Amino acid sequence: MIRLYDYELSGNCYKLRLLLHWLGLQYQRIAVNFHPGREHRSPAFLRDINPLGQLPVLADGDFLLRDAQACLVYLASQYDRAGHWYPDDAATRGRITTWLATADDLTRSIAAARQHYSFGMAADIARCEALARASLRLLDDALAENQASGRPWLAGTHEPSIADIACFPYAALAGEARIDLRPYPALQAWIRAMRHRDGFIAMPGILDPAL
Amino acid sequence: MPFDTLDPNVRSDWLTIGSASLLDGCTADRPMATRLLGNHLQAWRDAAALPVVIADGQSLPVLERYGYLWVHTGDGPQRTLFELPEYDESGRRIVDCGGIGVATSGLRVVENFLDMGHFPYIHTGTLGKVPQTEVAPYRVHVDAATQEIWALDCHFFQPRASACAADGIDAQYRYRVMQPFTAALYKSSPDHAGALDVIGLFVQPLDDEHVIAHVLLVYFEDRLGDADMIAFQQMIFGQDKPILENQRPRRLPLHGPLEAHMRCDLTSATYRRWLRQRGMAFGVHPD
Repeated sequence: MIRLYDYELSGNCYKLRLLLHWLGLQYQRIAVNFHPGREHRSPAFLRDINPLGQLPVLADGDFLLRDAQACLVYLASQYDRAGHWYPDDAATRGRITTWLATADDLTRSIAAARQHYSFGMAADIARCEALARASLRLLDDALAENQASGRPWLAGTHEPSIADIACFPYAALAGEARIDLRPYPALQAWIRAMRHRDGFIAMPGILDPAL
Repeated sequence: MPFDTLDPNVRSDWLTIGSASLLDGCTADRPMATRLLGNHLQAWRDAAALPVVIADGQSLPVLERYGYLWVHTGDGPQRTLFELPEYDESGRRIVDCGGIGVATSGLRVVENFLDMGHFPYIHTGTLGKVPQTEVAPYRVHVDAATQEIWALDCHFFQPRASACAADGIDAQYRYRVMQPFTAALYKSSPDHAGALDVIGLFVQPLDDEHVIAHVLLVYFEDRLGDADMIAFQQMIFGQDKPILENQRPRRLPLHGPLEAHMRCDLTSATYRRWLRQRGMAFGVHPD
């Protein structure tokens, strides 16, 4: 049984819940008291689960994997036999990996600012906002071009890939980092398209389209 | 004088600045920093382990109760801190869910907490479910001795009323407003027939339009770990947060044209009238 070391309000944990759900995989959620307990920084967690003190962490049998983007690559490679989420094509995989790096920038910017406003954690807000805007601009430009060419997803694919799942949560949660998404219309259309995919599941802060 | 508000409520109430555990490791040289009513506060424990809270160079009266710190502005009469006898009742677990920042008036956070009508739409699958949207009649009164608001005989069908619920139940509720920024919910305990779990909502008003909403669980619960209980509460609160932050104006309108309240809004109507009668101004829209 796959186990997910999970925190309900984390966009990086949510992206794994979303892929696991879309892959139809059963898994066990292990709730970690990230806030207010800071359990992810406890000696036991650092020793046994993740020395970097970050969530999520995926455990598949004895195989323990940290880093949300790495976990997306693993899950898609191991369990998506159709190759839908991580297509076996060099150019596509190259483009996907580019966007996985952008997903890390969204974590460093939007997620950091959101944690500051929600949990009072220290953050350099001006730096977060500058990196967030640069990342959102990059995403919006690429999505506008892809939407015009009829391959509307981030890696220039006809169907979403793990690149979309990686960047989606913190783009959609930008409002909680007090970042206005109105300057990014292609990005907003992409967020709507993600939310309306069959079988989409929500998280707090990202509404189910039925609501 | 650090606090220049004329609001008689925030001058006489005890306002929280968060869990007492936030002072762990804090000293006069490395204090905990927070905000209250637009002021910057520093807090720590002194040599006798007593909490010290400073605003603008002045020491403020502070209580440590229910695992939380309660500060008085030091200017105006001191009301007695509300009673929460369940906190000391044997067999209950105390689980602090921590504080979450919300960009709105604290009065809107409390009003949302008192509202059952939004359950099926915002907390779909847990606290409610369409089409079971009806709010059955309930009673509201202001207690003559304590001046607290009580809403009694509330019940609502909930598909998953708590983190450990397996089946839907008709959950019994009581709401209580102790102070304008402090409320509690009493709710059927899933494993203890007849007993009520308590959820305390302690709102820390940073300024008129920003708060930290602290949630404390006082539960009969022996199956779940703290992290699961916290995850459930934070999921519920995380669903409310974007709704609250999108409401305009951010400050609660109290003095506009009379709104026609429906029966299900009885608690909200009582809360607003109670705030008007108390001369509430902080977090209130100046219309």
